[in-house]
This record gives sequence, structure tokens and C-alpha cells, in this order.
Amino acid sequence: MTVVAPPGKLTRQRVLELASERFPAATILVRPNSVPCLLVEAAHLIDVMQFLRDDPALDFKSLSDLAGVDLLKWPGEKKGEFLHSELMVVYQLHSLNHRHHATVKVILKRDTATVPSVAGLWPVAGWFEREAFDLYGITFSGHADLRRLLTPEDWTGFPLRKDYAYPESYGGVALKREGQHFDAGPYA
Amino acid sequence: MVDPVPSGSICPVRTGGGLTVGSRPGDCELHLTAVEDFLNWGKEHSLFYLLFATACCGIELMQTGGPRYDVDRLGMIPRASPRQADLLIVAGTITHKMASRAKRLWEQMAEPRWVVSMGSCANAGGPFSKFSYSVLNGIDKHFPVDIYVPGCPPRPEALIDGVIELRERVRRWQTLGVRPRDAAVIA
Ligand code: SF4
Repeated sequence: MTVVAPPGKLTRQRVLELASERFPAATILVRPNSVPCLLVEAAHLIDVMQFLRDDPALDFKSLSDLAGVDLLKWPGEKKGEFLHSELMVVYQLHSLNHRHHATVKVILKRDTATVPSVAGLWPVAGWFEREAFDLYGITFSGHADLRRLLTPEDWTGFPLRKDYAYPESYGGVALKREGQHFDAGPYA
Repeated sequence: MVDPVPSGSICPVRTGGGLTVGSRPGDCELHLTAVEDFLNWGKEHSLFYLLFATACCGIELMQTGGPRYDVDRLGMIPRASPRQADLLIVAGTITHKMASRAKRLWEQMAEPRWVVSMGSCANAGGPFSKFSYSVLNGIDKHFPVDIYVPGCPPRPEALIDGVIELRERVRRWQTLGVRPRDAAVIA
């Protein structure tokens, strides 16, 4: 019989300890008043994720979100938190039994941007990974069907990268209009 | 006893006029009109529209079809297939990916077909026109639009006003054969 822990019983600190005991190689980040956050290297990602999902004390059976982040000109760089101008993938995990959350982050090199797919652990990740591939150009190795999801199939570039250059035209239609400044946004 | 209709009176139907012969209604009514006017009269009062909505403007489109505004009373019945629709109301944001699908729907509609662009998004990209990578700056880049209804979203009254404008157009425009403007598009 599964014992359901009351919410808050397994503290943030305990979650971190469990993961760090098992994976000393994974860098661990704690920020006060937030969900526990693990910074993992891409090479260790699948092992750490498998552990987080299957360990009965952690039991993260649900992947609630997976998102790409572009760290170009990110203000945290000044505080030395993350490397400048790299890409990041953020995984939000949730345990339905224990009612606790965790965040896992992976930093990727901007030019290669490859990370193993976790679709084998959580099938829902397949959709999230297609979206991150479409908008950030992050390659998820091992994904069965890594195609564009939101933009047209023949779209060029990855629109949510901060150094994205907006195309002049698409499908024979000029996209820029008088007075538009696609390249004059906050990250230009 | 019904008042006799004076012989030679003008037909009340707005088809360019007709002739009623006889002393009482139903005796012998003769309406003289051009075939085209007659067809246009029919088309004007039965603008079946395609059920097509892509964003928030679609909610106002549904409201226009709902009981309070009841667009059925203008002879506008929603159709689920473009083959049966006369009118395409582009209600909502059109992304580049959606634009090709919208164009295919428009191509599948039989002539004469009419297009109402509803809301700022379909007119010109709306709130997304300046910085969005994904939104098309106006559906008129892909096919001709008859009436633009401004607003974000337009109220149902505004949409109905646009449809009334369109009915003026339907009544006046030649519809036997290919419309001149579309010939240019097809060529
Ligand atoms: S015009 Fe405004 S209400 Fe209509 S689809 Fe665009 S954003 Fe939504």
C-alpha cells in the first residue's frame, strides 16, 4: 500500500539531499522560498531524471512542464549564476503522491544545443520537446519525431532565440511593414 | 376585405422594380426584373457563412450567431463546409501557419464567394503586428477581402453592420459569371 505523505513533510532540503547523495556530480542550486532546483549536466540528465521519477521518496511521476530559455544578456549573469549567452532547458516535476515539486535545469552550449530526450521517461515530454526544438533550436537526441510544432514546416530559424533575425518575407508575403522594428527590441 | 392593390404598382421586393397586375393580392402578380437582380436578391438574403474562427474575435462571432443578436434573421446560417458557404468571416488572429489553411478554405468555396475580415488581427495583424514572428499582417495578403470590420474585437453590432454593407455589395455586383476582380486573382 502506498503511503501518502502529508504535503510539506518531505522538505525541499530533503529532496535536494536525496538527489545529491545519489548524484554528487550534479550541481545543486538552492534559492530561498522557491521549489528545489537542481542544475544537472546534460550527460547525467537521464540518470538523474530516472532516479527522480522512480525513487519512492521522491516519486516525480509527472512532468508538468519543459521549456527552453535563452540566457543571452540574462541579468543573472552579473550575479554569476549562469553562463552568459547559453541556452537552458528547464524541467518542472511534480509528485502527485507526495504533493511536492522540483525544478531541473540543464545548460547547453549555444552552437551545439543538444540534450537527451526524456520522452522515454515521461511520454508527454515529446510535445514539449518539439516545441522547444521549434522555438529555440534545441535538439533532443533520441526523440522519435523531432519536427517543428508551431511554426510552418519550412520556417527558417528559431524565433524565441534573442538573436533571431526576423525574415523579410514568408510564402511570397513581405513581413515587415513601415515603422516596424523587429530588431529594435530590448535585446537588440 | 383587403384593399385592392392598384394595378401597375411597383413591386415591394427590392430587385429593381416589378409590375403587379390585378385588383387583389394573389390575383395575378407579375414581377418584371432582370435575372441577375433576382439572383442577387436571393443571394443577398441567404449569405451562409463558414464556421471559421481562430481567436478571441471568434467569441464575438458566436455571440452574433447567438440568440441575442440572432444573425439567422438576416438569412445567415452557419455552414460546416466551405463547399456550402457563400461568406468567409475571418474572425481572429491568422498566423503564417494558419494562413495557408485559411487560403485553402477560401479556394474551396464556390463562386460567388465573399470575405469579411473581422477585427484588427485579420485586418492588419492587430496587437501582434509589430513584434510577432508568427502573425500575418492581414489576411488580405492571401486573398481579397470585401469588408473590413475594425475593432478588437468588434462588437456584434459592428459585425452585423459589416454584413449589411456586404449585402449592398452583393446586390450591386455582377454575379453571373466570374467577378472581374477575381478574374485578376485567378489569372
Ligand atoms: S482583433 Fe483583438 S479580439 Fe480579435 S482576434 Fe485579434 S486580439 Fe483577439
